[in-house]
Amino acid sequence: MGRTPGLVVDSVTGVDLSLPVAGPGARAFAFLIDWHLRAIVCIAWYVVAALIYNRRWSLATPLNPDTTWFVFVVAPPAAIYFLYHFILEVAMHGRTPGKRMAGVHIVTRDGAPPSVGALLTRNVFRLVDSLPLFYGVGLVMTMLTSDHVRVGDVAAGTLLVYDHTDATLLDRLHADSWGGKLDAPAAEVVHELLRRWSALDVDARRRLALEVLVRYGHETTGSAASTHPDDESSLRRRLQELVRGGTA
Amino acid sequence: MSGADRDQALRVSLLQRSELWRAATARARRLAHGRTADAADAAQMADDYRLLAHDLARVRRLMPATRTREYLEAAYARAHATLYRGAWHPGYALLNLFRDEIPQVVSGLRFHILWASVIFVLTVLAGYWLVHAYPDLIGLFASPDLVTTVERGQLWTEGLLNVVPSSVLSLQILTNNIVVSLFAYCAGFLFGLGTLYILGLNGLMLGAIFAFTSLHGLGDDLLRFIVAHGCVEISVMCLSGAAGAAVGEALIRPTHASRMESFRIAAMRSGKLLLACVLLLVGSGIIEGFVSPNPDFPLWTRLVIGAGYWLFMVAVLRGWLFRRSAGSHASRAAQRLILRKDRLLE
Repeated sequence: MGRTPGLVVDSVTGVDLSLPVAGPGARAFAFLIDWHLRAIVCIAWYVVAALIYNRRWSLATPLNPDTTWFVFVVAPPAAIYFLYHFILEVAMHGRTPGKRMAGVHIVTRDGAPPSVGALLTRNVFRLVDSLPLFYGVGLVMTMLTSDHVRVGDVAAGTLLVYDHTDATLLDRLHADSWGGKLDAPAAEVVHELLRRWSALDVDARRRLALEVLVRYGHETTGSAASTHPDDESSLRRRLQELVRGGTA
Repeated sequence: MSGADRDQALRVSLLQRSELWRAATARARRLAHGRTADAADAAQMADDYRLLAHDLARVRRLMPATRTREYLEAAYARAHATLYRGAWHPGYALLNLFRDEIPQVVSGLRFHILWASVIFVLTVLAGYWLVHAYPDLIGLFASPDLVTTVERGQLWTEGLLNVVPSSVLSLQILTNNIVVSLFAYCAGFLFGLGTLYILGLNGLMLGAIFAFTSLHGLGDDLLRFIVAHGCVEISVMCLSGAAGAAVGEALIRPTHASRMESFRIAAMRSGKLLLACVLLLVGSGIIEGFVSPNPDFPLWTRLVIGAGYWLFMVAVLRGWLFRRSAGSHASRAAQRLILRKDRLLE
């Protein structure tokens, strides 16, 4: 369940907060997505603005570029490229589109969203992290440090942790359907199988049901498999009985 | 009742609260993405936090490897982030930064600023002496084009506006200066050596170019070009160097529990000064693009602009521009309390 290492934060409630720290892989994945996104936006801006400026099918820089060229064609892509991380991290509370897709976000060492000052410091230190090429310093730092942080994170007191976006509560997991002999993980497995029953392929759900009955219902492989192949309703009923505490 | 039965009963009672968990998660998500006008809704968040903490503690013991636990861990983390998210008052934060924090940082870094300035001046003198004594060494500090232009008896700044528009020139210059300034700060990470290198190199270059232009009778022209924007630009170079030196010193001589913690505090504190530096460099870049290369501006105008902008910089750094009203005794007392709390926290 837990991905290690994790950030453990003391809370005023006395119950510590546990946040799984993202490693170099997740960080690099998020960065690559962000890099491609901003590259696409920058190139798109340049192409459209240059075509409008030149008023012909040419992206070439004019021989004598004037202020308009720099202000409308060159400066905006440069600003997007260099301010992308800072502006989006402030606007999205420690996330960027790439981080969101990679399922990670920035937090401070006390588990709170980072302040604007921390995000600014973190991004200024990209100057060091990006040295000598392709974020070499940053990548090595994330591999060497226990919390997988780069220099900017150390300076700002931040780190990247995984989102819990995949954590969902089973709809039918309530007291009435959980009074049986199953332990909690087993009950969740059976509930999950029943929840997804109609979505699963016929062969797959039959095979899974048999495996569950053998493992948790204390049936032998032979007795479970002796169910008639077409008698799916029997398998489902036995799973429901199992989760309610009856004999499967 | 056996222990197992009691645990089972606890599990059942816990799972009956799943709707409360869902409601708490929905509230945390709603509050995290915007403000609420409903005070009761916001206050309920604190109760949700306690509820989730209580239930998570039990679930960790009773159902350690379950999705229920994972869900509660996520809900608890979300509630924690929502509760601990700082208030967003950008106007007040900026005012506070320029009125209180930057002057406080400048005061704290006064020795670093002094030493960075001394190092910069010494390297300027060293560069001047080197090229004055051995003119061939100019090749180490200046590009061949610049050397050829000066040897022809011209400054490279002449006719600059015929080549590039002022606005573009400003943008290029201020971008370059800001990058150098940020590098001087970040390079403090190398135990201050990087900052020392950047300060020294810039000082040597300035001194060397002054010596070279003087040798060709262009020293006055260069001074005339530099004076309007250079006062602040060079001062900002020293300020950035001081910020970088503070970061380096924090690594060499940690003042807190660990070297990294000391580095973090120094970086966050001196980084505030960089914000002022960047804004000052924007103004400096505009002057360098519009005033310095324009021959229509006489020397006295340039001197007034240079001295005036430098005094403005001093006023910003000392907090004179946004000074509190003299009668606000209560606010000063509150400020002292905040400063004392900050020191305790550090």
